[in-house]
Amino acid sequence: MRGTWIKLAVAATLALGVSACGAEVQKSGSTSSTGAATSADAAPDTGTPRGGTLTISNWDKYMPENLIPDFERETGIKVKVAKHATNEDIMGKLEAAQGGGYDLVFVSAPFAESLARRGWAAEIDPAKVPNLRNLAPEARELAYDPGNRHSVPYTWGTTGLCYRSDLVRGTPDSWNDLLRPSDDLKGRVTMLGTDRWLLLPALKTLGYSANTTDEGELNEARDLLLDTKKDLLAYDDTTFYDKLVSGEASLVEAWDGWCNYGIAEDRRIRFVVPREGSDLWVDTMVVLDRSENKDAAMQFIDFVLDPANGRGVVDLLSYKVPNQAAMDGLDPRLVRQFPNLGMTPQELLRGENLQDLGEGQPYWSRIVSEITS
Amino acid sequence: MAVSSPPRSGAPERARRAPGLGARRLALLGPALTWWLVLLVAPVLLILAYSIFRRGIYGGVVYDATFDNFDRLFDPLYLRVVWFSVRVALITTVLALLIGYPVAWFIATRPARWRTALLVLIVLPFWTSMLIRTYAWMALLNDEGLINNWLESIGLIDRPLKLLYNEFAIVLGLLYTYLPLMVLPLYAAIERLPRELREASHDLGAGAVRSFLTVVLPLTRTGVAAGCLFVFVPALGNFIVPELLGGGRRQMVGNLIQVQFLEARDWPFGATLALAVMVLMGIFLFAQAKLAGKDRVEA
Repeated sequence: MRGTWIKLAVAATLALGVSACGAEVQKSGSTSSTGAATSADAAPDTGTPRGGTLTISNWDKYMPENLIPDFERETGIKVKVAKHATNEDIMGKLEAAQGGGYDLVFVSAPFAESLARRGWAAEIDPAKVPNLRNLAPEARELAYDPGNRHSVPYTWGTTGLCYRSDLVRGTPDSWNDLLRPSDDLKGRVTMLGTDRWLLLPALKTLGYSANTTDEGELNEARDLLLDTKKDLLAYDDTTFYDKLVSGEASLVEAWDGWCNYGIAEDRRIRFVVPREGSDLWVDTMVVLDRSENKDAAMQFIDFVLDPANGRGVVDLLSYKVPNQAAMDGLDPRLVRQFPNLGMTPQELLRGENLQDLGEGQPYWSRIVSEITS
Repeated sequence: MAVSSPPRSGAPERARRAPGLGARRLALLGPALTWWLVLLVAPVLLILAYSIFRRGIYGGVVYDATFDNFDRLFDPLYLRVVWFSVRVALITTVLALLIGYPVAWFIATRPARWRTALLVLIVLPFWTSMLIRTYAWMALLNDEGLINNWLESIGLIDRPLKLLYNEFAIVLGLLYTYLPLMVLPLYAAIERLPRELREASHDLGAGAVRSFLTVVLPLTRTGVAAGCLFVFVPALGNFIVPELLGGGRRQMVGNLIQVQFLEARDWPFGATLALAVMVLMGIFLFAQAKLAGKDRVEA
C-alpha cells in the first residue's frame, strides 16, 4: 500500500526476472540465544547489547523515526532494520532463507496468514506482550488470525471514495458513483490498479465477496470494469490524491490513509466509505518461528503497542491503528482535520477482511490483464 | 585449441606463452567474469529453471516440472499484450531514428570543441532518476498541466487536449527516455565517416539525397542498427512509462512480468514471460550482429 515509488524502483530490477535471492541481512552472531532483556533500568547502552540483537524488516518510512532508538535505549536490545519495498519482496527473502534471516517482519494480513499456514510464524505469547490489552477487542478477533495467535495488527483501514466536494455534486455514497460516473465526472475519475482494489468496487457493487475466487463472479466484475474503463481518467496507485489537489480528477478510489494526504493539502477533499461495503486491510507484525530472539521480538511488539508509540504511528502516517489506547489519546484537532481517523473499530469491521486468494490468484491476475490490456 | 585448423604464423609462440598468460588473463578477467557469472548467467539460469515449475498455493515455487507455463504463454490475451508492446517499441524506435539521426549528424559535424559539450547535453537527462522525469511529464501533459494551461491561455484551445493516459503519452515517454541511446551510436558512426567520401560523391554528381542514401546511410548502417536495438530492447520491457503516462490502461509485457512477480506471486509464469522476451530480444540481437558482421567484412 505504501512505498509505491520504491515498489516501482525495485520492480525495475525484478522486471527482467532478476529475482532477488537470499536474505541480505544476516543476524550478526547468535551469541546470546536467550535474548530476554528483562531489566529495563540498567546502565547506558554502551558496549555489547544486554538484550541481544533483533533483526526487523519493515516498509521504508513506515514507523516513526524515534521508535527504534527509543526501544534500544529502553531495553538494551540492539535492532537492525532492513527494508522491503513490497510484501512480495520480503516473502521472497523469507522463501530463499526458508523462513530464517529475520526475527520479526511487517507484512499485510494475507501474507501473515500465509506465513502462519506455512508454519513460519511463531506463536505470540500473550504473557510477554501485556500491551495486547491496548488493542481494540475487534482487532483481537480478525478473520485471518483470530486471537492474534501468529500476528499482531499494526495499522488498519479501509478503501473508499476520495473526492473534491466542490467538484462533485451532492455526496457520493455508492461505488456506482465511481463505476458509472455521471456525465460531469466522465474522464475525471481514477481507480486503484492493484488487483485486490481494482476488483473491489465491482465485486461489492455486484454483492460478491472481495475474496471470491468464483470465475463467474470474477467475469461479471470484469465486464463491469471494462465498461467503467471508458469513463476512467487512469488507473493510479500513487498519485491519485495529487490529481484531486490539481483538479485533474474529481473523484478517485483511495485508501483512507492516502486520502488524508490529499486532505492535508486541500480541505475541500473528503473521504467516504460506499454503502455497498468495502474492505478491511490490516498490516501486521509477525515473529518468525526460526528466530532465536523471540522474547526480544515480543518485547518489541509490546513496545509498539504502547499508547504513546501508537500515537506516533498515527502522527507519521495518518493511518488508523488498532491500538485503541493510542486512538483514544489522539489530539482532537488531528481527528477534526482527518475525519476518517475517527472511524470506530465497529465501523471498520463492516469492511471485509482481505484474505489470501490461494489457488484463485492466477485467475485473478488473468482477469486483471483482461481489464488492463 | 582447434587441432584441425591449419597452422598460422605466430601460433606456436602464442601457444608456448599461454600458461603464464592464462593465469594473468584469468586474474584480469576475474572481476568481469565473476560479474558476468553472478549477475547475468546465474539469473538467466534461474529464470530458465523457474519457468518449468509451478506456483505454490501461497506463492513460492513448487518443484514439479511442467510445461503449463508455456501453454499459458500462447493464450491470445498475453499474445495481444506482447503484440502491443512490440508495436509501441517499434513506433518509438522509428521516431527515435528519425529524430536522432539529424541530431547526431548535427553534433558530429560541429567543431571538435563543441561536440563534447553537445554530447554531455544529450546524456544529461540520465543524471536524474527516470521516475522523477516521468512524473515531470505527467505535470506537463495532464489536463490541468503546463501545456494545456498555456494553450488555453493564448486561446488556441478551449478544452484541454488529451495528452496523457493514452498510447501517445506512452510513445512520447519512451521516446524521450531512450532517444539518447539512439543518438550516441549514430554519432559514433557518423563521426567516423570520412568527409572525403561525401565530397567525392558530390564531385561525382550525386545530389544531397542520393549522396545520403547511397553513401552515408550504408556506411553508418552499424550505428543505425545499434541505435535501433538500444532503443527497441528497453522500450519493449519498460513498465514504468505505461503505468504512469499510460495511466495503467494498457499493459505492456514489462507490466505483465511485474504483476506476476509482485502481485500474483506467480514466479514461474513471470519467469516464462521473461524468457519469452529474452528470446524475442535475442532474435533482434542476432539480426543486428549479422548486419554488423557483414559490415565488418565489407570494410
